[in-house]
Amino acid sequence: MAEFFHRKLERNAIGFVVAIVAVASIGGLVEIAPLFTIDETVEDAPDMRVYTPLELAGRNIYIREGCYACHSQMIRTLRDEVERYGPYSLAVESKYDHPMLWGSKRTGPDIARLGDKYSDAWHVAHLINPRDVVPESVMPKYGWLARNALRTDDLGLHLKAMSRVGVPYTQEMIDNATNDAFGQASPDSSFAGGVTERYGEATHVRAFDGDAARLTEMDALVAYLQILGKLTDAAQPKTASAEE
Amino acid sequence: MALEKRDPVTGRMTTGHEWNGIEELETPIPRVVIFFLVVTILFSIGYWIFMPAWPLGWTYTKGLLGIDQRTTVEQQVEQAKAERAVWMDQIEQMDFATIQADSALMGVVQEAGATLFGDNCAVCHGTRGTGGKGFPDLAAKAWLWGGDPEAIAETIRVGINSPHEETRTSQMLAFGRDGMLDRTQIDDVLAYVQSIGTASEQAQPTPEAAARGSEIFAENCASCHGEDAKGMHDLGAPDLTDASWIYGGDLQTLHTTVYSGRQGHMPAWEGRLSAADRKILTLYVLALPQEKQ
Repeated sequence: MAEFFHRKLERNAIGFVVAIVAVASIGGLVEIAPLFTIDETVEDAPDMRVYTPLELAGRNIYIREGCYACHSQMIRTLRDEVERYGPYSLAVESKYDHPMLWGSKRTGPDIARLGDKYSDAWHVAHLINPRDVVPESVMPKYGWLARNALRTDDLGLHLKAMSRVGVPYTQEMIDNATNDAFGQASPDSSFAGGVTERYGEATHVRAFDGDAARLTEMDALVAYLQILGKLTDAAQPKTASAEE
Repeated sequence: MALEKRDPVTGRMTTGHEWNGIEELETPIPRVVIFFLVVTILFSIGYWIFMPAWPLGWTYTKGLLGIDQRTTVEQQVEQAKAERAVWMDQIEQMDFATIQADSALMGVVQEAGATLFGDNCAVCHGTRGTGGKGFPDLAAKAWLWGGDPEAIAETIRVGINSPHEETRTSQMLAFGRDGMLDRTQIDDVLAYVQSIGTASEQAQPTPEAAARGSEIFAENCASCHGEDAKGMHDLGAPDLTDASWIYGGDLQTLHTTVYSGRQGHMPAWEGRLSAADRKILTLYVLALPQEKQ
């Protein structure tokens, strides 16, 4: 009987392809699909905030320059990683990351908890020429970031696209995206107030590249790097004992 | 099922497939392969029972052993902490001078401190603590906020011009840009600074210029840098007479500093490093070997 069934299946091209797809998807159905329904997959983080337009622009630059090829943003549940980088990453911390940038290769260090670790001036100096501050570094130079003006006219559309995939941007945030991007890097401008109002008091509002008058790609990338691991405190209390 | 036939040479059955006269023997799967197949299947059944495995809608089977990666890593970190407690407790409780006098503990500080320094401080201050432009040389021991351990520990805790609530705050004013001094006045005051210290003397200051600069210094700079230009630890104002320059002692850099001002930023480490870790770093930084110039 089994032999007969197999003989028949093997001689039916479409039927055999369907059978292969069905068998090959078992792994995914068992290991991946259930994560969408299991409660524990994504933790609760009521304090989770969204990326500001400037941080989102920085994130796009991070993707454009391929930073993820050498830097991971994922602290695994291993003792050495927790002791070096801080509390292990939670799924909820990547909740608004589309696409996620966990990465799988570390030529450079993991940067999941880079936010507020170093000064803006260090980030700027380091991106212009990493060897100016870290002589041993093999990271490429990204000097043009400080020269390129940041494109901001399409930021509203970026926010809108994010809101379509579930990031809770309000219509007000989308409408003001361009001004907010400018305001976040120009603390003395009239746009700065709106950023705090819409994105919360904890938002960094400062001249990230040291020049408040010009909005550069450096501003955006440094703003993004300085918020890594800072969108929520959900990861902090759980392993606070490990840190102390 | 008449397709299979017996192969006359080996006496085995063939699969019945034929390609240009070549037929395939139906050789049975080796026993050892079957054996390991059965073993892995049995292993997986055991794994389903003991480890987290099967999804059940909103939840999943937790397994009899109750193993969870997150609790595992937390236990490992706790265990490592317990192993370190032998000397960590001593470092936490003893004061700085006692630890410094204890060579065994200082050996531990050197080892743990090197790791902590490498992970957290070295990117700015350099792997040997020698700093760089804008990032103070710690090995030179030209302390901005005082060289006693308590002062250094406090700087590590709250940072300088950091978002920490109790941050140390320090700023060099933009005397030129903000119009407090004009160009000749800046030149004069730099002549004075060059005459009293080790700033490189590219432009050979005349004594007259230095004398004029001395008055400007007394009126504008002495309130922070002190009348003797030796700096003030309370304000984080650097000593201008020593060989240590944060941004550079050449004339051009000095001019930029006086014209545009400076405001460095050291992050606060209280949220990231424990009190004991910061204590180790303090001792490590104090013990950094001075680089030979």
